Amino acid sequence: MKIAFSTTGDSLDSPLDNRFGRAARFLVYDTDSSAFEILDNSQNLNAAQGAGIQTAQAVANAGVESVITGHVGPKAFMVLQQAGIKIYHSEAPTVSQALELFNAGSLQEAKSSDVRGHWQ
Amino acid sequence: MNIAIASGKGGTGKTTVAVALAQTAAGPVQLLDCDVEEPNAHIFVKPEACITHAVNVLIPVVDESICDANGKCSEICQFNAIVSLKTKAMVFPELCHSCGGCLRACPTGAITEEEQQTGIIETGSRDGLEFVMGRLDVGQAMSPPVIRAVKKHTKQDALTLIDCPPGTSCPVIAAVRDCDFVVLVTEPTPFGLHDLILAVETMRELGLPFGVVINRSDAGDRRVEDYCRDEKIHLLAMIPENRKVAEAYSRGESITTAVPELVPLFRSLLEKVFELVGEVRT
Amino acid sequence: MTELVIISGKGGTGKTSILASFAALAGNAVFADCDVDAADLHLILNPTIQSRNVFSSGHEAVIRQVDCTQCGECYDVCRFDAVIKSESHSGELKFTVDPFSCEGCGVCVWFCPVKAIDFPECVCGEWYVSDTRFGPMVHARLGIAAENSGKLVSLVRREAKKIADEGGRDLVLVDGPPGIGCPVIASITGSDAAIVVTEPTLSGRHDLERVMELTRHFQIPVYVCINKWDINPEMTESVESDAVEAGAVLLGRIPYDREVTNAQIRGVSVVEHGKGPASESIRGVWEKWLTM
Repeated sequence: MKIAFSTTGDSLDSPLDNRFGRAARFLVYDTDSSAFEILDNSQNLNAAQGAGIQTAQAVANAGVESVITGHVGPKAFMVLQQAGIKIYHSEAPTVSQALELFNAGSLQEAKSSDVRGHWQ
Repeated sequence: MNIAIASGKGGTGKTTVAVALAQTAAGPVQLLDCDVEEPNAHIFVKPEACITHAVNVLIPVVDESICDANGKCSEICQFNAIVSLKTKAMVFPELCHSCGGCLRACPTGAITEEEQQTGIIETGSRDGLEFVMGRLDVGQAMSPPVIRAVKKHTKQDALTLIDCPPGTSCPVIAAVRDCDFVVLVTEPTPFGLHDLILAVETMRELGLPFGVVINRSDAGDRRVEDYCRDEKIHLLAMIPENRKVAEAYSRGESITTAVPELVPLFRSLLEKVFELVGEVRT
Repeated sequence: MTELVIISGKGGTGKTSILASFAALAGNAVFADCDVDAADLHLILNPTIQSRNVFSSGHEAVIRQVDCTQCGECYDVCRFDAVIKSESHSGELKFTVDPFSCEGCGVCVWFCPVKAIDFPECVCGEWYVSDTRFGPMVHARLGIAAENSGKLVSLVRREAKKIADEGGRDLVLVDGPPGIGCPVIASITGSDAAIVVTEPTLSGRHDLERVMELTRHFQIPVYVCINKWDINPEMTESVESDAVEAGAVLLGRIPYDREVTNAQIRGVSVVEHGKGPASESIRGVWEKWLTM
């Protein structure tokens, strides 16, 4: 299974980015092979509008089943939900710590968007 | 002839001037309220026999049974209003600019469009003055489609006065486009002057002839007058501050009924505009 | 940190004059002028620009005449009447894009069979980070007749918040634009509270109703203060009771006072100017806000 983490860096020790739509990149971790790849999101970081929507589309098309991030806006949430992707909030400082929490089953699945939309 | 009444800064008396001109002009006159975010002219005109129609925009609808998730719709959309997932496409109407790009780009024909209301238009009349007003639905972001819909009511054989939104960005451009003349209403304060300069630059950029009205002309300093003189801008009228005007405004009474001694001022303002438009045309 | 936005619905109700006074009273705040269309706050706060940045947003179609085959496809697909067809004396067709009408949708670019349409990014204005005598300020200037003021508003707010976060400042004061459309929505979404400055006129009441519908739509707690209340005391009463009924908290009344204009002419805030009754009332409104 592939899991996407929003991050500002490019390794497992990198900080978890608490923004979803305007995260700089995503670390896509494959639980079967323990390998990961980096998904650049810089074009959406500066999107005029709908950054969360585009980011969600990119994440969905990368074939992930779960997203671990800080906050997800309402539109991005809808897209992820429609794509059948599970969303977990984590305030862990790094990607690897968030992954540990996830593996231990201590992250709760988000059932609704937790921030109000920025509209743009 | 189309005359727009605009201002950079809000609250300078644009609507007061537009209504007063509409009520003092002779012959067939219509007043279009294009300040569709906060339309107010109807308060002073009190139109009768109003008819309301919806203003709709076209929003794409995806037929999931046909969609093969090829992603073209999302690729062409500059506004991120449509996304393509593995099995389907999703539309975000509030971001859509109704350009029709996704519909044309979709190779499978899965996209059609449906009308969605974005505002309303009300038409009515009062004492021979024809009145048209647009009103953007609350929560909708884009006012130009409603402004364009109001302007479709422009009649060729009438004097058309257009009450514009404040500012200098897209809604104002939509309102003043294709007008023969723009009356810029300002006040003699630093804010008034600063915003007037922006409005003047906008009109020059658009190549529209314009003149300035200074409202509450004795309530500030002389910098607006000096600016107009230095820039060789036509000063069309100065309306002195008058408590009776402010009180009438607060009650929703038009200035021409409440303070009839101002009627000649608006008549001569209109004559000046006609003269200037004549000069431009010849 | 609290983000407080001052809006008005109707323009010219005294929003910026009041915000400039709040800036003088606040102490540890950052200021964001989000009325990017007609920004006036700098006339009072007199900022010293520390950094100047280009704001570019969206794209604009430009037809390369040398490559154009005059097929007219762009003219047919444009829904914004932005492609202009002209005919020279010799009967030759020419297609150009009117930049003021171009929506930046890119449909003509996509469908041009010979790819003769460029789609460069638009420079729509500038934004600045500045110092003022009361604290940092983020402001902007939208280019003449430019679009996308909503995005510029979002950017100004984002930068102001960043400065507040980094500098340990507890308040961001946002000067919002008039109206209820895109720049206003961009100014209020996700902020902690909105103060609506209105006036006791039928227009003011009408616009207050609409702007409060908007704050309700986006679930922003709303506070109301009436400026120039003595122009029509009865109307003030009825505007206030309507506002309370619609869920607003009242912060007070400010009288009509020519000293407000005099302060503006001097380039200082009303409370710094210190003359006339409005100065005291604005101070009262601010103190009331602080108790909220």
